[in-house]
Amino acid sequence: MQRGHYSNLQPLMIISRKMNAPFKPESLSLDQLKVGTRAHVDSIDWDALEHSEACRLRHFGFDEGVAVEPLHLGPFGRDPLAIRVGRMTVAIRRAHARAVRVTPA
Amino acid sequence: MNPIPLVAVAGNPNAGKSALFNALTGARQKVGNYPGVTVERKSGRLMLADGRPVEMVDLPGAYSLDPASPDEAVTRDVLFGRQKGERQPDALVIVLDASNLDNHLRFALQLIELGLPTIVALNMVDLAKRDGLDLDAKRLEQELGVPVVETVAVRRRGIAELQTALDDMLSAPRCPAHRGAPSDLLHLQRRARELATAAVLRESPVRRWTHRLDSILLHPVAGLLILAVILFVMFQAVFAWSQLPAGWIQDGFDALASLTTSILPPGLLRSLIVDGVIGGVGAVVVFLPQILILFFFILLLEGTGYMVRAAFLMDKLMHWAGLSGRSFIPLLSSFACAVPGIMSTRTIDDPKDRLTTILIAPLMTCSARLPVYTLIIAAFIPARSVGYGIGLQGLVMFGLYIAGVWGAMLAALILRRTVVRGGGGAFMMELPKYQLPAAKDVVIGLLTRAQIFLKRAGTIILGTTVILWALASIPQAAPGQKQSDVSIAGKIASGIEVVVRPIGFNHDIAMALLPAMAAREVAVSAIGTVYSIDSPDDATQAKTLSERLRNAWPLPTALAFLAWFVFAPQCISTIAVTRRETNGWKWPLFMVSYLFALAYLAAGLTYWTATALGL
Repeated sequence: MQRGHYSNLQPLMIISRKMNAPFKPESLSLDQLKVGTRAHVDSIDWDALEHSEACRLRHFGFDEGVAVEPLHLGPFGRDPLAIRVGRMTVAIRRAHARAVRVTPA
Repeated sequence: MNPIPLVAVAGNPNAGKSALFNALTGARQKVGNYPGVTVERKSGRLMLADGRPVEMVDLPGAYSLDPASPDEAVTRDVLFGRQKGERQPDALVIVLDASNLDNHLRFALQLIELGLPTIVALNMVDLAKRDGLDLDAKRLEQELGVPVVETVAVRRRGIAELQTALDDMLSAPRCPAHRGAPSDLLHLQRRARELATAAVLRESPVRRWTHRLDSILLHPVAGLLILAVILFVMFQAVFAWSQLPAGWIQDGFDALASLTTSILPPGLLRSLIVDGVIGGVGAVVVFLPQILILFFFILLLEGTGYMVRAAFLMDKLMHWAGLSGRSFIPLLSSFACAVPGIMSTRTIDDPKDRLTTILIAPLMTCSARLPVYTLIIAAFIPARSVGYGIGLQGLVMFGLYIAGVWGAMLAALILRRTVVRGGGGAFMMELPKYQLPAAKDVVIGLLTRAQIFLKRAGTIILGTTVILWALASIPQAAPGQKQSDVSIAGKIASGIEVVVRPIGFNHDIAMALLPAMAAREVAVSAIGTVYSIDSPDDATQAKTLSERLRNAWPLPTALAFLAWFVFAPQCISTIAVTRRETNGWKWPLFMVSYLFALAYLAAGLTYWTATALGL
């Protein structure tokens, strides 16, 4: 029982190390955040993005601890998302927003 | 003597870099491409107070020196002195959006680290104030260690001060550029944020105006309606407003042609000048109204910041075809004419999305197809209703449009998985603040587009028109012979006939296909010539031609001919502009091959099906 519990935890620890942030129950991905809800970026799964996409996100100022807020959603399939980052508003697709973990403020 | 100092203008996209560049250099700009890439190089001259010239180059907008796009790679290579066709700049002007310092300062810090003499233009200070942001330029100057000048480039404010600062800097003795170890991006980002906080005197909530406008313009219902209205006006304008000036241009060239005809004695020379040269130049210039009108709207949409919003609204739909929202407006414009449509793909950042858009743009039903469609439909499709007040002729016309759109989407899907595979397809862009563009910037943009089209595409269009003329006129027919039979073009047509015979095309169509390369609508007059109809009035000519065709062509042939024109790249101008925009012959040749293959297949399938059905 004890052993089984330990081996269940193992993958979780790997994930949280990769995400470089402690696991928080209230943490969700940016695409799940409701419009108008402010949040802070916990971590970004850079490996889930292509190099140029990761670069671009970084250039937009996406970083741990940065305040973000979804402002608008695209009319078809609620995609893409318009997100406020700092004083900038950027448009990214839902698929990319999924790589960003946030905690609502 | 030292060469003229070269000053590069660098900055983030949406920092107002181009407006500042325009303000510094005025309308006399040279636009070209960097060798080997499709990245635009824009340069101009600036005169200092004592009359010394300075060469300015407008570097592509970039977020950092770690490139995420070919544009950014060029910016980095120019700054490091590694770009072919460009010497290393002697000095830098960094353009910053005053209300976006925490982001833009990162790139500025990276650039200052290069050690080149540098001035920072703190741009759009008016918009920052409007957003409730008061900045301390002096403080920023101390922290950065380089001169900081406040500017409002679109209103031409702060430009004199910027010139003075530039003068001082270029006059100062040059120290050798030092280059320490580059700081990492994360460190720079955090330093940028500290600096931005330090420079802000007073701050109130962000971008109220832009946010309010966005909640209307990006609204799932209202936003789409507004987009539809804007696009309708734009499409109407390109389609309808250009008719009148294009008509004047056509009349002007016709008058010139008949004047020349009356002066020169008949013969090959007169024919060369009238049909080859005047016809060729006319064929080029006649595109200008459409190009200028379309780009007027595009520059306005770009300048106000709405263009990115339109892309935002349409992104999901375009994504289904493997493209991004950025491709929407160029493709829509191609319904009027693929030439300005392809030229407007410059607004697409991603090189693969852009290439795919260029390759499928000719499939949008352009206005030059209409005369062909109208002629054939009038001749072969009975004008009866299919019920609910829908006419059969209109339905067929609509079907041809839809066939083009579906063909384009299918082609995009296949291209994105084969020849233009990988990367791209992403949609990540900044939604800039709304602002009113300056009339002068719009005019400069229009002049640049006109210049590019006339110089680069115009020469190819003129050249091929002359070649087509030569093929049709040499050798000259003896009395009693038909020119179309003896000419080289006639011989080529006989060759074409062998190839197109299986898809139901007859000798007349084969004769029309080569001249129709100049422009699709030429097919109508070419067929008219074959049937020796010489009527001064276009309307009567079309009517008589319709009747003749009805008796001469079987229905399957006519339908195959329509299907052919949905896909066939029968337009030298489109091919020329593709060459210009893709910087080589590889892609235009590919485009022509795949479109002809598609056209052949579509015409063949139509012909065989129609024949099998006994139509």
